[in-house]
Amino acid sequence: MSENRNVWVFIEQDGGELAEVSLELMSKGRELADTLKSQLFAALLGDKVEGLCPELIARGADTVLLAEHPELGVYRTLPYARVLTKLVGEHKPYILLFGASNVGRDLGPRVASALRSGLTADCTDLQIGDYESVKEKKTYKDLLLQIRPAFGGNLIATIVNPQHRPQMATVREGVMRQGEPDKSRRGSVERVACAFEKSDLALQVVSRELRESKVKLKEATTIVAGGMGVGGPDEFKLVRDLAGLLGGEVGASRAAVDAGFISKEHQVGQTGTTVRPRLYIAAGISGSIQHRAGMAESNKIIAVNTDPEAPIFQIAHYKIVGDLKEVIPLMMQALREKAK
Amino acid sequence: MPYRSVVLVKQVPDTKNITGDAMTPEGTINRAALPAVFNPEDLNALEMALQVKDLHGGEVIALSMGPFNAAEVLRESLYRGADKAVLVSDRKSAGSDTLATSYALSCAIKTIEKKWGAVDLVFAGRQAIDGDTAQVGPQTAEKLGIPQITYAEAVLELKGSSILARRALDHGTEVVRCSLPCLLTVVASANEPRPASVRRRIEYKLASIPQERKALLEKHPSFGSEEALGAYIAERGLDIALWSAADIGAEDERIGFAGSPTQVHKVNFVVLEATESKEFEPTPAGIKALVDELVSEYIIG
Repeated sequence: MSENRNVWVFIEQDGGELAEVSLELMSKGRELADTLKSQLFAALLGDKVEGLCPELIARGADTVLLAEHPELGVYRTLPYARVLTKLVGEHKPYILLFGASNVGRDLGPRVASALRSGLTADCTDLQIGDYESVKEKKTYKDLLLQIRPAFGGNLIATIVNPQHRPQMATVREGVMRQGEPDKSRRGSVERVACAFEKSDLALQVVSRELRESKVKLKEATTIVAGGMGVGGPDEFKLVRDLAGLLGGEVGASRAAVDAGFISKEHQVGQTGTTVRPRLYIAAGISGSIQHRAGMAESNKIIAVNTDPEAPIFQIAHYKIVGDLKEVIPLMMQALREKAK
Repeated sequence: MPYRSVVLVKQVPDTKNITGDAMTPEGTINRAALPAVFNPEDLNALEMALQVKDLHGGEVIALSMGPFNAAEVLRESLYRGADKAVLVSDRKSAGSDTLATSYALSCAIKTIEKKWGAVDLVFAGRQAIDGDTAQVGPQTAEKLGIPQITYAEAVLELKGSSILARRALDHGTEVVRCSLPCLLTVVASANEPRPASVRRRIEYKLASIPQERKALLEKHPSFGSEEALGAYIAERGLDIALWSAADIGAEDERIGFAGSPTQVHKVNFVVLEATESKEFEPTPAGIKALVDELVSEYIIG
């Protein structure tokens, strides 16, 4: 019997609101299912979330698997893992995708471990392709090629999961593009029963404090980002000032965040936010793969760096070899004069 | 009430400071050229475990899996306050992905329980800087059949067999109550890891695995022989336990390459296709020309 090649997306929602990353994955999942000539399933878990089904069908789901239960109201690892593991065990999908959010990165590995299948974190691209195993002298057709920067972002690795199913991957928000919903699409909703064991309820959420992130990198049309070359937290004021003048948002490289120059919310890159602004100014950022993975698709890139060999220059449209502490004030001056 | 904690620690190549010779011409990693460091967030995990011990008593056992060199991070753990250290090292474990690693670690934790008693808490760093997967923690919890608290920022209360902890969400935080035993993965913002204590550095300077004794003897020739040194170390409980896959009862087909569902299909250096770029001088005239171009191309303004 040939295996089914269905693609599943775990749908993340909070209080009935769909996570952006899940919608992005529906678009990618639809594409993968079309390539495989198979079906796209959305696994929707929660309490009183039936109202989200039409949206998921419009986003490409052939089937929404709907698991509703009061114990699934607020995300908790064990009840969610119980339901999802059982569903996957019954339906045996070919591919299972999660957002690389705190929820997806909590649930994905738990489920992968229970299913004893492989999981690749923070993929920056997913493709369907063949894999030739030299050791087994065998070619696996139409596997999920899970592509991600590796080794601190210094290499790009393609990971495959040839023998185990489902092939699982997590993808960060903003990496995949969200398609337009199509209200005329048809799909079905399949309600699934939930049963829990006492041990699944070992953890209770006592309280939650939610805050809107003030940093809106994803939506920003202009981003001025600083890296190690900025020098320190105080010196980041220069980057902020230029961003302010351009009406843009402040970004940062992972190195600058790790060094404590600026908070993690500002981080652009594979393990931060993926952005596609109209203008991206990289100041004092060398441009590791892991950073470029998050900004290379910006419409125009200006790079300022003292090192003429910095990799960032290779993807920059405008390059300035110089010290950002001199260049940024010059830019601000020129901008102010232009505005006069 | 005292708690027995296990802290998962990993020695990682310092991926933040990669130099040119870290890569071979074939594009593979030259690990020898990279300095090895204590995975940063594992230090936060260790600190959280040590704070539990400071407050409630009990013991902290540092556990690592890796080559013999990884004994270094275990010694560092002892210097900071861990009571015992265990290294799982076996050629058969080479090539383990996160699934195979978590299986071996869960076997090691079960072995710790058999030898030293029930484990109440397992701590791990949120993720390691060489892989950034954040998978080994949750997968180890699953293998042990215990709940997990990922992205832990603080232990707010520990009472009997119940823990109250705060964890980070994507947009906020939540406080959770959980029964013990459980596993926590700890984020960098959780605490400021304590430095190694000078007193403990002296106390544990001979802490080692058998494979390190030869080099130790050269540093401390007064012991006369490796046997005498080994006996001295054993007598004072300075052994870093070295366990093989067989010692922890791990099944061969679930570790190393055999136990790893994921395979690396290929590894690429990214060949950057140079974008057509214009260079501007870092002078007032140069920057003015750039701004003029941005405005005329409708990129800004």
